Amino acid sequence: MSELAIRNGIVFDPLNGIEGEKLDIYIKDGKIVKNVGASATVIDASGMMVMPGGVDIHSHIAGSKVNAGRILRPEDHEKDVETRTSLTRAGTGKSIPSTFTTGYRYARMGYTTVFEPATPLMKTRHTHEELDDTPIVDKGCFPLFGNDWRTLEYLAQGRVEECAAYVSWMLRATKGYAIKVVNPGGVEAWRWGRYITGLKDHVPNFDITPKEIVRGICKVNQLLKLPHTIHVHTNDLAKIGNYETTIATMDSVRDLAHDNKPIIHITHVQFTGRSGSAWHNIGSGAPEIGDYVNKHDHVTVDLGQVVFMDTTTMTADGGFQYMLYQLSGNKWMNFDVEVETGAGVVPYKYRRNNYVNAIQWGIGLELALLVKDPWRVYLTTDHPNGGTFTKYPKIIAWLMSKKAREKSVGRINKTAQKKLDLPGIDREYSFPEIVIITRAGTAKALGLRQKGHLGIGADADVSIYNLDPTKIDPSKDYRLVRKALKRAAFTIKDGRIVVKNGEIVEAPLGRTYWVDSKVSESLMKDVESEMRKTFDDYYTVQMDNYAMDDNELANPSRITVKAEV
Amino acid sequence: MRQIETTKAWEGNRRIELADIFQVAEKKGEGPDETSIRIVGDAAKIRKVGYKMSGGSLIVDGNAGMYLGEEMSGGSILASGNAGSWLGTKMRGGQIEVKGNAADYIGAGYRGTTLGMKNGSIIIHGNAGHEVGCWMANGTIRIKGSAGIFPGIHMADGTIFVGGNCDGRAGAQMKGGKVIIGGQLPSILPSFSFEQIQDKVKVGEEKVPGPFYAFSGDMNEEGKGRLSVSLKNNPHLKWYEKYLEA
Repeated sequence: MSELAIRNGIVFDPLNGIEGEKLDIYIKDGKIVKNVGASATVIDASGMMVMPGGVDIHSHIAGSKVNAGRILRPEDHEKDVETRTSLTRAGTGKSIPSTFTTGYRYARMGYTTVFEPATPLMKTRHTHEELDDTPIVDKGCFPLFGNDWRTLEYLAQGRVEECAAYVSWMLRATKGYAIKVVNPGGVEAWRWGRYITGLKDHVPNFDITPKEIVRGICKVNQLLKLPHTIHVHTNDLAKIGNYETTIATMDSVRDLAHDNKPIIHITHVQFTGRSGSAWHNIGSGAPEIGDYVNKHDHVTVDLGQVVFMDTTTMTADGGFQYMLYQLSGNKWMNFDVEVETGAGVVPYKYRRNNYVNAIQWGIGLELALLVKDPWRVYLTTDHPNGGTFTKYPKIIAWLMSKKAREKSVGRINKTAQKKLDLPGIDREYSFPEIVIITRAGTAKALGLRQKGHLGIGADADVSIYNLDPTKIDPSKDYRLVRKALKRAAFTIKDGRIVVKNGEIVEAPLGRTYWVDSKVSESLMKDVESEMRKTFDDYYTVQMDNYAMDDNELANPSRITVKAEV
Repeated sequence: MRQIETTKAWEGNRRIELADIFQVAEKKGEGPDETSIRIVGDAAKIRKVGYKMSGGSLIVDGNAGMYLGEEMSGGSILASGNAGSWLGTKMRGGQIEVKGNAADYIGAGYRGTTLGMKNGSIIIHGNAGHEVGCWMANGTIRIKGSAGIFPGIHMADGTIFVGGNCDGRAGAQMKGGKVIIGGQLPSILPSFSFEQIQDKVKVGEEKVPGPFYAFSGDMNEEGKGRLSVSLKNNPHLKWYEKYLEA
């Protein structure tokens, strides 16, 4: 494979303590190396920023509900059509881009790794079919366990080790990467047309509470030694005053943590960080959540930032989607995935003059600015729920510039302006901090040691932006930052130049990561024989047809770990 | 002239210039409002003619294809032959006249949206297809011939006049506006309530003599729309008259 030398760029690699130094980066065989020969291709990056390729921890880019959203919204595609070129395929976009377009757009922005964060177990095969059609970026997916009958049964019986073996089997069967929990117990209740609130309500038909589910799954995650923590969408999402539930969820696993390591990731906190007692006095719970995160090492969070635009909401939380349909009157879909989970899709338009939407916008930014440790807060829009991933540069501009925020605050709902703490927050992110919340931190949280940094031996995923951080002040020149980050000058994926001046020049297929956590053979044998019976009792699919073959993925990358059980 | 000839267009999945498929001739006019474009020949396979047109006039001497006058906001379009589906979709103003027949979704909104034609007028001298004025928000559609099923489906306001027969389900899910059927309608949807017998109805400025059976609905949408159906051509609806006495 060819060699590459990136010369004279201003390098940001916070994981290795490099924060804006003029350095040369060398690449050989898809890895960062110490030096290359004289024949190496040279990229002159003088006056440009060089950083690791972006790693998105939470973006709904593939799977059955994403595709359902595409089917539901032909008008979304009409607004945004990409024609084919000799290198790229045609596609449609806006809030739910087609698979190929998704890959191209991430690469154009300098992102090289993306994780699909919610995939129903039995529909994960579909998710992988789409991920295999998402070019350039490396990817993986998080299967849903928080409302799965067998998981609930094992945990209700206190059989955590058997549950771990079951989850291990499922991760192998679905080629999943981490454990996702969506509204634990709540979706199961919703599937019987019921709601449960808080962490202490009993899940109908199971002798278990949401708190016990989160704790149990967290123990399973520890037993299996999965690279990522549990990835939790909390109960009471979008309800008023739900920040208390969010904090209670984080606190429910506090005693399980050790070595100051994160053990729970709370996702799209914007949706679960609301204070107040009614729609007219809804406020931001970000200060309280930020305070909790600052004081506790065992939690990581991502934003789920809202951007004012017409988008499509989609989640496994079917009950929430039904509530959103009732609020908005828009068209809607809801799904019941056999014994595993639910899901829903509703188009939604965030308006700056709407009080609640303006507060939502404020919660995300407040959280990002109030959590002091950038290694534990990550930039997401929960694409496409809060807005599309293509809006990341806009959010980065808000984080880096108080002036940019003030300008936007001036345009939102007047009552919300007074209610939010945001105008009083002076913090401005630096470039290294931006690199952490978009790359280094997310890669670390996902346990991807070879990503998110430019040290020797790391994957040669590099993004280069035409912006000289020594010459501009992002606080004032936020427009330049936004413009530069939209289109990478170069994106390098596994040592190959895939984007030049914001245009695709090569579109290779990225890897799909999945985790094989090996539990002891005797335990697996017992659990498998139990599962065979539950497959007969519960499912429309036979156990032998359920699991994906190892060779079903186009470009799999297995991460093997040895479980504690 | 050269600019028109080299204007880029798509033919299937290939990029072409207008001169590849047209012979372009020119006679100068004063400004856009005096300018007229004339397309001679069968343009049934040419789509989006008059897209976002804002003034002047456009004549299609022959058949027109799909999306004729899409999103137009002013000026006039005349097609001497037939027109395809999605005629005047998302129209905001101006006038479209079709001498022949038109296909489905006249004055509709794009699939998935809830906003159809907002203003302007469409006249079809022949027959129309299904779902005339789907999601229509305002404006006038006049069809001299007959219409397929679902004229005025989802409409919020505006007027649809069908001079001939209608295949049925007129006004389904309408929230407001008027649908007038001058010919025969097989039945009235059960979600419409009979109001009165009208002597005449207004279509734009024009008064159409009746009498008409007048219904309001669609109750399923708590709609306040008005469905008027010719009394003379619909003797099978006579039984509604018993509600007049009550």
